[in-house]
Amino acid sequence: MTDSKYFTTTKKGEIFELKAELNSDKKEKKKEAVKKVIASMTVGKDVSALFPDVVNCMQTDNLELKKLVYLYLMNYAKSQPDMAIMAVNTFVKDCEDLNPLIRALAVRTMGCIRVDKITEYLCEPLRKCLKDEDPYVRKTAAVCVAKLHDINAQLVEDQGFLDTLKDLISDSNPMVVANAVAALSEIAESHPNSNLLDLNPQTINKLLTALNECTEWGQIFILDCLASYLPRDDRESQSICERVTPRLSHANSAVVLSAVKVLMKFMEMLPKDLDYYGTLLKKLAPPLVTLLSAEPELQYVALRNINLIVQKRPEILKHEMKVFFVKYNDPIYVKLEKLDIMIRLASQANIAQVLAELKEYATEVDVDFVRKAVRAIGRCAIKVEQSAERCVSTLLDLIQTKVNYVVQEAIVVIKDIFRKYPNKYESVIATLCENLDSLDEPEARAAMIWIVGEYAERIDNADELLESFLEGFHDESTQVQLQLLTAIVKLFLKKPTETQELVQQVLSLATQDSDNPDLRDRGYIYWRLLSTDPVAAKEVVLAEKPLISEETDLIEPTLLEELICHIGTLASVYHKPPSAFVEGSRGVQHKRLPPRAGSGESTESPDVGQSGPSEAPPAVIPSQGDLLGDLLNLDLAPPTATVPSVQPSMQMGAMDLLGGGLDSLVCSSPAMGAGLGAAPAAMPASLGSAPAVGGGLGDLFDLGGGVGMPTGSYVAPKTVWLLAMKAKGLEISGTFARRGGIIQMDLSLTNKAMSVMTDFAIQFNRNSFGLAPAGPLQVLTPLSPNQTIDVSLPLSTSGPVMKMEPLNNLQVAVKNNIDVFYFSCQYPLSLLFVEDGKMDRQVFLATWKDIPNDNEAQFQIKDIHLNSDVASNKLQGSNIFTIAKRTVEGQDMLYQSVKLTNGIWVLAEMRIQTGNPNYTWMCWRRPHVRECVSQNDSPVIS
Amino acid sequence: MIHSLFLINNAGDLFLEKHWKSVISRSVCDYFFEAREKAVEPDNVPPVIRTPHHYLINIYREKIFFVSVIQTEVPPLFVIEFLHRVAETFQDYFGECSESTIKDNVVIVYELLEEMLDNGFPLATESNILKELIRPPTILRSMVNTITGSSNVGETLPTGQLSTIPWRRAGVKYTNNEAYFDVVEEIDAILDKSGTTVFAEIQGVIDACVKLSGMPDLTLSFMNPRLLDDVSFHPCVRYKRWESERVISFVPPDGNFQLMSYHISAQNLVAIPVYVKQNISFFETGSSGRLDITVGPKQTMGKTVEGLVVTVHMPKVVLSANLNATQGTYNYDPVTKILVWDIGKLNPQKLPNLKGSLSLQSGAPKPEENPSLNIDLKIQQLAISGRLGSFISVGCDSLPAGPCDKALLLLTLF
Repeated sequence: MTDSKYFTTTKKGEIFELKAELNSDKKEKKKEAVKKVIASMTVGKDVSALFPDVVNCMQTDNLELKKLVYLYLMNYAKSQPDMAIMAVNTFVKDCEDLNPLIRALAVRTMGCIRVDKITEYLCEPLRKCLKDEDPYVRKTAAVCVAKLHDINAQLVEDQGFLDTLKDLISDSNPMVVANAVAALSEIAESHPNSNLLDLNPQTINKLLTALNECTEWGQIFILDCLASYLPRDDRESQSICERVTPRLSHANSAVVLSAVKVLMKFMEMLPKDLDYYGTLLKKLAPPLVTLLSAEPELQYVALRNINLIVQKRPEILKHEMKVFFVKYNDPIYVKLEKLDIMIRLASQANIAQVLAELKEYATEVDVDFVRKAVRAIGRCAIKVEQSAERCVSTLLDLIQTKVNYVVQEAIVVIKDIFRKYPNKYESVIATLCENLDSLDEPEARAAMIWIVGEYAERIDNADELLESFLEGFHDESTQVQLQLLTAIVKLFLKKPTETQELVQQVLSLATQDSDNPDLRDRGYIYWRLLSTDPVAAKEVVLAEKPLISEETDLIEPTLLEELICHIGTLASVYHKPPSAFVEGSRGVQHKRLPPRAGSGESTESPDVGQSGPSEAPPAVIPSQGDLLGDLLNLDLAPPTATVPSVQPSMQMGAMDLLGGGLDSLVCSSPAMGAGLGAAPAAMPASLGSAPAVGGGLGDLFDLGGGVGMPTGSYVAPKTVWLLAMKAKGLEISGTFARRGGIIQMDLSLTNKAMSVMTDFAIQFNRNSFGLAPAGPLQVLTPLSPNQTIDVSLPLSTSGPVMKMEPLNNLQVAVKNNIDVFYFSCQYPLSLLFVEDGKMDRQVFLATWKDIPNDNEAQFQIKDIHLNSDVASNKLQGSNIFTIAKRTVEGQDMLYQSVKLTNGIWVLAEMRIQTGNPNYTWMCWRRPHVRECVSQNDSPVIS
Repeated sequence: MIHSLFLINNAGDLFLEKHWKSVISRSVCDYFFEAREKAVEPDNVPPVIRTPHHYLINIYREKIFFVSVIQTEVPPLFVIEFLHRVAETFQDYFGECSESTIKDNVVIVYELLEEMLDNGFPLATESNILKELIRPPTILRSMVNTITGSSNVGETLPTGQLSTIPWRRAGVKYTNNEAYFDVVEEIDAILDKSGTTVFAEIQGVIDACVKLSGMPDLTLSFMNPRLLDDVSFHPCVRYKRWESERVISFVPPDGNFQLMSYHISAQNLVAIPVYVKQNISFFETGSSGRLDITVGPKQTMGKTVEGLVVTVHMPKVVLSANLNATQGTYNYDPVTKILVWDIGKLNPQKLPNLKGSLSLQSGAPKPEENPSLNIDLKIQQLAISGRLGSFISVGCDSLPAGPCDKALLLLTLF
């Protein structure tokens, strides 16, 4: 009665016998024979020799037999393409059958036969089926287009199937819509820029309607497709969220996770103070918890994704610590993931519970798990300061167990704890030293040697301990060797008298007997340091180390944002961007979270080119190459072409670095080195720079042109000065403004780290115009995670003066409870234009004539459609005063004066050609100032 | 999308392969075998394995690995869910999902797989639809087929496939209209040494067996729906109505299905029905230890505790156990270090007790850790979350074939 009988063989040879049966007259026998063939096929036996005989059975009314033959065809057509043609006629005939089941079956099977000759015949039937009256046929045909595209993409495009497929998105039947979306998504993967899924509010609406009615698999396709849509505003995004939320209660976990992805992405656009935002956060937690009671494989994928979600929005699951407690029968891969999330959720409130659990885990059997548990205890200590003491004592208990791998892991983490809390737990060193001999893993040995070296002055027999390691120096791994070298040098610097011999020994081992270049180099550096200047050596080797950060394994914010857009996919399981591992990564586009509306929070990633509803004009960020070119232009030669301008923004660091370096390297122009008060000299460099900058100005005008500027002093939009990833989660963006004669620095501080930030303070380096904070930084409340705070800092110009390069560069240090961070920014020079900058006409005339010609710079500002009156009014708002105006040859000439806070006057002539939107500025005095003035004034005009 | 499927048994034999796109050589499974070897236990094989050109996503069910091959970015949960569905369908068709049943029904399996997936896209996964397309094997049917020459493949398009309720076929008729609902609640709880609950959650499912004619429209309501933390519904449930009225309203599929599952994590609601007195100690000298465990009832609301099993994970140094059980049998496996005490029914008059000595590896230090105890039990007809019983009401909104004969509530709990 069972199919096992199909596997029995007889003496004559299977193939021979089957052949005879296939050609039998009896229907029943034929069918049995085909079944036998299929059975052999499923286990990988080659039955392709029977091809003609099986194909002969195709012309039958028996549906089961037909299906079986089709199964056979799909498998073997490729190996017998000529024979497969024999089947075409039957297929074409079946596509016209009255029974929709047979029509669909035929078109489906034809698509699966990957033979070029057959695909040619497929087009006509497929076209008919795509327009079939029966939705079952249409939905099958939709998938068939994807199949055909896989075989012959060009053919699909030529035949216009893609357009037909797009039309199916508006089909009346939800299953057809879902399949069309699925097929289009698959095709789009190999066509990154084809914009196949042209999503607009109408199609989105159709998809959302279909979402409610189609099968669970269709829902997954539709949700994934929705996730790639960018809503126009927060209202649209909220309405989509509302319609997607019910999917969180679906029994299919893949639907749930896809819905989570859509919500996580669109949530980004909702203002945080919205009630709905809070509701949504609350709704996300229970389904995620429920995923953890599913089968272990599902749990694993869910946990990898929760790991991302917890990093992005820790508030969602902060009360759910207990569900991540490890169960004894969890598979190891689930256990390890749970541990990771436990650490991420650990906080002062739940640390006691977490520690108790971790201690239990450390006594488990599975070695990998135990190791990770021990490591986790260390990470708790570093993350939650209040728990550090308890963690250390737990670790000591574990060391007492003398289980080899536990001890080693514990020592590795204790090293980190020492670095985080210096001079607090050194009393445990003695216990650690007792276990010196049992350490056999390089990492543990290296950690132990580091401890001995670092605290050599407290360990009486440090020299003996280190000497014992030295015996087998050449057998150690590089990690240990390097550490040993450093530790002995440290020891020598601390106890120079007793350890001279030891240090010589290690230096000679490292430099003469080793062929590892790293080791040798380090050895030589120490050797020379020690022989030339022991004091300097001490400063270098025993320098104070920066504290280690709280969470070492956080995913970098830009990557995290991208991964959040890929929740539920392989990328989220591997925590790598899809471009890093998907085959043919050309098809992968980088996805970004939409920018948040309303709040002034700027997105971290500089290349969020998407025009979201944010009010700030997008910054033009030149690529690295352009930037370099730009800098070169500024400093060296006057090119005629326009180069993209650099807004004083994100690329700051790079610019400073390169600029500074270039200056000293290639441009020895005296103008650059000249002090502020020095007589103006050596014009070429500055003159050259002016046109370049002027050219760039045009771009700025373009940008600023569309945005309504307030009258009065121009205030640039806030730009990001300090990136969160460079400052342990603190992001600072800001701008400068002059309000009522007072210079203000407007800052937005955003906490993107996991912990609260307090104790903010700010300080400026000496700068060209003596800018200094006129009061302390007013951040009164602690800054909790994901919170943004806006502060205005009044500035005075009475600080110490030092010429900066570029002139308007300002170096700022911001301190908080975590660390001190440095960044530099550039202020618009218009900030320094004082209100009494109107020069007397006579004085102006006299001064004008006195200016030597080579103090003059000029450049053009393009595409400004303003007449001279409007321009002069606008400029007056920024304290640039028009002294006189005359008209020569259809050109308006404006003569203007500006006074800087340090009393320097700048005079300008502005030529406006009516009808020709080119402004020419001519400039005098203080050319190095001029350069900045021109650059920064340009937005003022617009 | 899903490219291929390989079925591999516990011994590492590949016994079935199915390709939905081009054929992928079975050598791709070598990467799986490698991971399988590394994992030691079959349960520990990582679900997602990366190979140079493919990804292998696998599940382990009934001693069979279902290994699927994908080539492009596909949601892994989608694949895993689908593989579970495959396993469930086999179970549904053949009564069990094992290597031998699959081999016995290899042609049906092949037809099923072909029907479930087209080019890697799921086609028909609802068991109602599948059963109309490909009839499940029964002895009677195969006999009839042999005599009449008819096949077990449906000739017409399944009716439910395209309606908005794909889970129900049209024209269902019963002489006896019945609907059964089983409420099954599972507690997962961790207690500490003193018996305080560290962690407890309730996982509940409502399984239904509905045999009603026509297109019945049912509602089911709870007394206190607010207790439910998270619910997952069968696609047949109208979510809007649940959102607004907290009433489960649905047109049920025909036959057995899982209506909903829910999750309750509020700990104070969970009353643990038994208590355990345990004393496991190891002596400093003599390489031995003593064990004494007593189990007794607590808050069982007069119901009997059944299927009581105590599992103890002993420290590694415990070689053997010489114990005496007043009720049930015990077994100590010296390899896995697990002591299993199967008690059965709990008799409140005479509490079961397990007592005796443990012998340890000589010379080994006294184990530090306290062994953890796992207690499994079953109680019929008791809702731990205290919400069910008379709390559920079932209403029939529309039943064209006359009123419901019986709407029975059958509670299987814990």
